[in-house]
Amino acid sequence: MRIVEPQSGEEAAEILRCANEDGAAVIPRGGGTKSDWGNPPARTDVMLSTARLNRVIEHAWADLTVTVEAGCTIAELQRTLAQHGQRLAVDPLWPEKATVGGVLSANDTGVLRLRYGGLRDLVIGVTLALADGTLAQSGGKVVKNVAGYDLSKLVTGAFGTLGVIISATFRLHPLPKYTQTVTATVPDLGAMQILLGKILDAQLVPAAVQVRVGAGAPQIDVLFEGTEEGINFQIDRLRGMTPLVESDDEVWARLDAGAKISVLPAKIGETLEGLEGYAVVEATGIGWLQAGRLAELREKIERAGGSLVMMRPFPGMDAWGNTAQSNGGGALALMRSIKQHFDPRGILNPGVFVGGI
Amino acid sequence: MSFLDELRNILGPDGLISTSEEVRTYECDGLTNFRVKPVAVVLPTSTEQVQGVLRICHRERIPFVARGSGTGLSGGALPVSGGIVISLAKMNHILEVDLPNQRVVVEPGVINLNVTGRVAPDGYFYAPDPSSQSVCSIGGNVAENAGGAHCLKYGFTTTHVLGIDVVLPDGTLAHFGSKTLDAPGYDLAGVFVGSEGTLGIATKVTLRIVKRPECVQTLLAAFDTTNQAGAAVSDIIAAGMLPAAIEMMDNLAIQAAEAAVHANYPNCGGLLLVELDGPVAEVDTLIAQVSAICRENGAGEVRVAQTEEERAVVWKGRKAAFAAVGRISPNYIVQDGVIPRTALPKILNEMERLASERGLRVANVFHAGDGNLHPLVLYDRRIEGQEHAAERLAERILELCIEMGGSITGEHGVGEEKKHMMGKMFAEPDLATMQKLRCAFDPLSLANPTKVFPRPRLCGETPGEYKPHPLETAGVAERF
Repeated sequence: MRIVEPQSGEEAAEILRCANEDGAAVIPRGGGTKSDWGNPPARTDVMLSTARLNRVIEHAWADLTVTVEAGCTIAELQRTLAQHGQRLAVDPLWPEKATVGGVLSANDTGVLRLRYGGLRDLVIGVTLALADGTLAQSGGKVVKNVAGYDLSKLVTGAFGTLGVIISATFRLHPLPKYTQTVTATVPDLGAMQILLGKILDAQLVPAAVQVRVGAGAPQIDVLFEGTEEGINFQIDRLRGMTPLVESDDEVWARLDAGAKISVLPAKIGETLEGLEGYAVVEATGIGWLQAGRLAELREKIERAGGSLVMMRPFPGMDAWGNTAQSNGGGALALMRSIKQHFDPRGILNPGVFVGGI
Repeated sequence: MSFLDELRNILGPDGLISTSEEVRTYECDGLTNFRVKPVAVVLPTSTEQVQGVLRICHRERIPFVARGSGTGLSGGALPVSGGIVISLAKMNHILEVDLPNQRVVVEPGVINLNVTGRVAPDGYFYAPDPSSQSVCSIGGNVAENAGGAHCLKYGFTTTHVLGIDVVLPDGTLAHFGSKTLDAPGYDLAGVFVGSEGTLGIATKVTLRIVKRPECVQTLLAAFDTTNQAGAAVSDIIAAGMLPAAIEMMDNLAIQAAEAAVHANYPNCGGLLLVELDGPVAEVDTLIAQVSAICRENGAGEVRVAQTEEERAVVWKGRKAAFAAVGRISPNYIVQDGVIPRTALPKILNEMERLASERGLRVANVFHAGDGNLHPLVLYDRRIEGQEHAAERLAERILELCIEMGGSITGEHGVGEEKKHMMGKMFAEPDLATMQKLRCAFDPLSLANPTKVFPRPRLCGETPGEYKPHPLETAGVAERF
């Protein structure tokens, strides 16, 4: 496999145009941290690395936006933003290596989603290189904008199958002045679900909430951000519901998981009943598993309208599951049609995405 | 059987309107200077009926335009010549309220405020709050990706739509997204929201609802100038705060609102309305900081609404501002543009200069936190040439937005009104790429076909294979 490292969007587009003419399969690559996600590519001829597309193009701090090239690592981006007391409110896996383009393509937001929304809500514009060599923009540099189709959302989570993200613009948030994490330990999953429900129904505004389930009693971590007064007030309120201990940031260390699940928030406990392994599930219903018997678990989750997606290859299991069930009928045919219009020769990450896309 | 008879068979006698007199009600939406009479209007009551109608349209190649409450301000629901209008007004049921998961499932004709009305007794609300929320429908909100004053903190319609059942232009039903997040596959719900009726018709929408904050405080600050008010907004943002809303009105807009609803606004050059919400202790701390910032920036009067009634009146004035302008000017154009917030002083000065050069006045109401401007260009149609000058000024304001790195629309949509501006905001390859998406959904260009994009384009039915289309050979359209 050849490796190419374009220095500009124009170069990347030209590489794609040539590959498209030859019908050569192109594997877009950022930091290489999530190459195992999705199904293995059907063909691999050219690896298009964004390593040299790594600049922060514009941090418009007074407008709370940043435009950054796809190959910039999340950690580098956050360091730049922190100089003006700001951040992109996400906490993806392996931030020192993972790139903006990779994190967007794999849609890895992290626990802050509860308060700040997902990547899809934070990305406000993209520049894309398409298979036919087109370099196109969508969205813009302002937070509020409804002109034209929102292709930023289309490519978020698309695993590079529709085009290569060259740069992206995000809305930013201020770094919080104060943060505090507290942890409650509960006897069992039933008690966990009841407490979680109470927390979410309590007019508290945590930045993140997660449950950790595995060896020992389940635990619920709650992260508060904001003013000192606001945090203390909320922790006192929470203490009225359950005994708490203060925790450090390490409880939020992301799990290098074998599978990602998405379930309804009120069904987290039920889903994890009988789990053989370890799970961290965010209050949004998105969770991360290091566990066995995933095929059985997938069946149970899909029956309830959720999904279980593999983070690394597992013999006999499609990475995405039964998409006809979780993203119901008709949608898959349309997804194939979109793929056909954006990449008619199927050169971009062929076979990696749902339904063989 | 004729096309109309077939429609009547599907919809029943009450579901079809086709007399010239009756269809007139539907000839425009909230943008009343464009009018087209549809061939017929259908009022389906179920997803199956919508499917049946679209199958016939597909077979007969008849274009269709979906319509909610008709409050849109960009002509998105303007009928298409030779086409039908599909009103979703009768599909107005709230299908499911799922409080433990904070979800509500609705039909598209449900009125925005009725979602909040249903869940308010349990302490929840539906966050997107366009000023027309007491009459506009969820389906229309989805089409336009409606915003509102509180989207600074809570996000737009797209943030709150998790799943959509969509009838595609060929009549097939597809489910986008799901009640759970990150359903495997492309984010079709994300793409559909804001597509202005050009990709299909939503017949069921799963919404996220939000817990009502424990405490809400609304502060009014009166400044001599909008520049001072703008500087205060910058300082609030720089202090790391994210208020629920920051709204600004200039003197003309204040006068109009006062005349209409007696909101008891101070008479000043620039009025800021800042709303903070959250836990009591947090809001108390922050409202004191906002007060101090406003005073430091020269605010003469800083007032916090003391009761829920006072707060409601403050917002009533703001939300009535567009209509209120009718009290101070016989005619006016409502514009919707976006700039990076820091360009606010620059664009305000420029607008004032351009307006006075042309003998016009511009009243300004805007979402100051996110740079979404709503300039109201006032004019008098009876004075010869003024209407044209006003239209030209409104357009020039959008050009300024583009020049300053912003957008031609923040929440009203492109629709009919601004499609000629798309080519100024986007380059040809950008529009061609959007067209690929449209062709995947609607290869025959039947769904609201003349909107959003600058000129008609056709989709090759099978990509790669070239077949000239009659319109193409006639030189009317180009192929994508």
